[in-house]
Amino acid sequence: MKSSEATKSTRRNGLIPFRIELETRMEQPRWLGAAVSLGAMIFALFLGGVILSMAGGNPIRAYSYMLKAAFGSWGVFSDTLVKATPLILTGLACAVAFSMRLWNIGAEGQFYVGAFGASAVVLAPLIPLDSPAWLMILTMVAVGTLAGAAWGFVPGFLKARYNVNEIISSLMMNYIAVAWNNFFIFAVWSEGGFQMSPKFPKTAWLPRLTDYVEKIPAFRGLTAHLGLVFGLVMAGIIWWVLYRSKWGYEIRLIGDNPRAAEYSGINIKRNIVLVMMLSGGLAGLAGVSEISGVVHRLQGAISPGYGFTGIIIAWLAKLNPILVVPVSVLFGGLILAGREIQPSGVPKLIQGIILVCLIASDFLLRYRVSIVRRSWES
Amino acid sequence: MDLIIILQAGVATGTVLLFATIGEIFAERAGILNLGLEGMMLIGAMAAMKTVVATGNPWLGVLVAMLVAGLLSQIHALITIQFQADQVVSGLALTFLGAGLSLVFGEGLSKAGAMSLLPRYTVPLLSRMPVLGPILFIDQSVMVYLGYALIPLSWYYINRTRPGLHLRAIGEFPAAADVLGINVYALRYFYVFIGGLLAGLAGATISLAVSPGWFSELTTSGQGWIAIGLVIFAQWNPIRAAFGSYIFGALRRLILDIQGPAMLLGLANPFYYNPYLGFFLQMIPYAFTIAVLIIGSREALRKRFGSPAALGIPFIRGERGI
Repeated sequence: MKSSEATKSTRRNGLIPFRIELETRMEQPRWLGAAVSLGAMIFALFLGGVILSMAGGNPIRAYSYMLKAAFGSWGVFSDTLVKATPLILTGLACAVAFSMRLWNIGAEGQFYVGAFGASAVVLAPLIPLDSPAWLMILTMVAVGTLAGAAWGFVPGFLKARYNVNEIISSLMMNYIAVAWNNFFIFAVWSEGGFQMSPKFPKTAWLPRLTDYVEKIPAFRGLTAHLGLVFGLVMAGIIWWVLYRSKWGYEIRLIGDNPRAAEYSGINIKRNIVLVMMLSGGLAGLAGVSEISGVVHRLQGAISPGYGFTGIIIAWLAKLNPILVVPVSVLFGGLILAGREIQPSGVPKLIQGIILVCLIASDFLLRYRVSIVRRSWES
Repeated sequence: MDLIIILQAGVATGTVLLFATIGEIFAERAGILNLGLEGMMLIGAMAAMKTVVATGNPWLGVLVAMLVAGLLSQIHALITIQFQADQVVSGLALTFLGAGLSLVFGEGLSKAGAMSLLPRYTVPLLSRMPVLGPILFIDQSVMVYLGYALIPLSWYYINRTRPGLHLRAIGEFPAAADVLGINVYALRYFYVFIGGLLAGLAGATISLAVSPGWFSELTTSGQGWIAIGLVIFAQWNPIRAAFGSYIFGALRRLILDIQGPAMLLGLANPFYYNPYLGFFLQMIPYAFTIAVLIIGSREALRKRFGSPAALGIPFIRGERGI
């Protein structure tokens, strides 16, 4: 028995013949984390069902519909992957920042300016429009990622220099980013008075599976695009950075114990700025991937909250970059299927419930909860 | 563009921020950071609206809004106080949950027709005061007057009463408060609840008084987050919070009004001739929040004044720590 200091919460009324005893866990079994997260997910879906039926919906029909609409065939699974692509990148953005306990809530805005940067390459244009596709895409990726990193730099710098709370500043930057994009959509790049830019030339599109339909007929209609590869590669790179590089060790040490990090000579302020820029760059890349892989033009409402969902994904994946990928696929399915479900707030609601249950369940990782019969206590 | 009208409307708009900010001050003074303000305000605005559509009674709407938001706040309280989870993540979760709940239960509410709003009053004598009279006391919603009352009351409660002393104690040094026989856990639940009630009141003030209606997430448009920024600027003091809230309210109103006239200070008004520049005006409240945060933290550095010492740290009875 792993018991050293037992925290007891005793109710002294004799009515209930049981009491709940809490015991601090000294070590966790390896499977426990996964089991508790899974349990929390299932509990959250159950709770979501209860609320859904309270709001007048049919949870069983809604869930089975969602499952079919997200994973029912190769076609819809490809669409799920399309939705998962930006989520992987924003999830990584949040995971890397949260590892340092740096709360970047601005992935949404960084996504928007990333999309803006990629669009500017085509619409300004920053390079000749008859450039080959590889050069076009490379420039879009570079500019968009840099734009996202610049957007992340602002809250990072303010935190390092003036100790400004990065939660609020990064969140405020979201609203500024959306207004910034809207200005360009309405006033500068508007096509014929519509609130969208002209469509990008084909050279600025990320290749999709369906583009290879002549060689492999099975790819007909599959819209999964190169952005997914960006996501998978970045997941690998970020995993390596966080768990195999010296910088990643510094990041995690600052997250675990900032004082120890400071005493060991790690430059915390520099890392705040750098990690915020890395995080912003990843979210910016998500914007690039979405704009040139899916939307193919700059317009409003390009994100159903990818940046915010990234927060939940990072947390559900326990900040592990590799786990971010499967979790993103799950949430991609949720967002895809949720689009057609009434009432329209259901995906957001389920995301909220999942996060709440997840955080609450961490308690079970730290404490062993046992119900003890009262009779033999006294 | 009339300055008096802008300030008058600014006071009304700022009342929303005032309620939310003072509510958050109570929670943070007790040591619990609740980032779920935006979610609680949203659900408050939705619940108020829905109640009024169903019953036609705005007072009942306010009451329901406060209770629903207060109930939501208790989820955060349970997770952070009982389960000792990270307050930042739990607060974010509450924002998602509040937004999701209010979207699901507020479905179709934006199409609701005419409804009865909270009454407006003109105070007989005070309204005759030069300048301040028309700004503060003519044709203002009852909520605005409630806001005026809340400022000194909450300041007095926190700084001059015994329960207020306990409140400050559990936020600064809960272990010492515990030794003195103060029930840290129960009081923290209580003040998170107060924060929830006031956030619900702020939400009801939006949907029933300041900008009536339900516009899904645009109803609050980030005011919950601005309020959290204001708490830092206010240095956890209700009077400074009022100051900040009203300035922000006036700013929001100014941004709307500045696009009206063709001439501005004798010059051609660029916002009139190119309405798209309005997008840059929209950025101002958010940029201003960041500026306010910089001012606030510089001042805190100079005065060596910080947040409540135990803010964000779970209290575990019998363990070492503050």
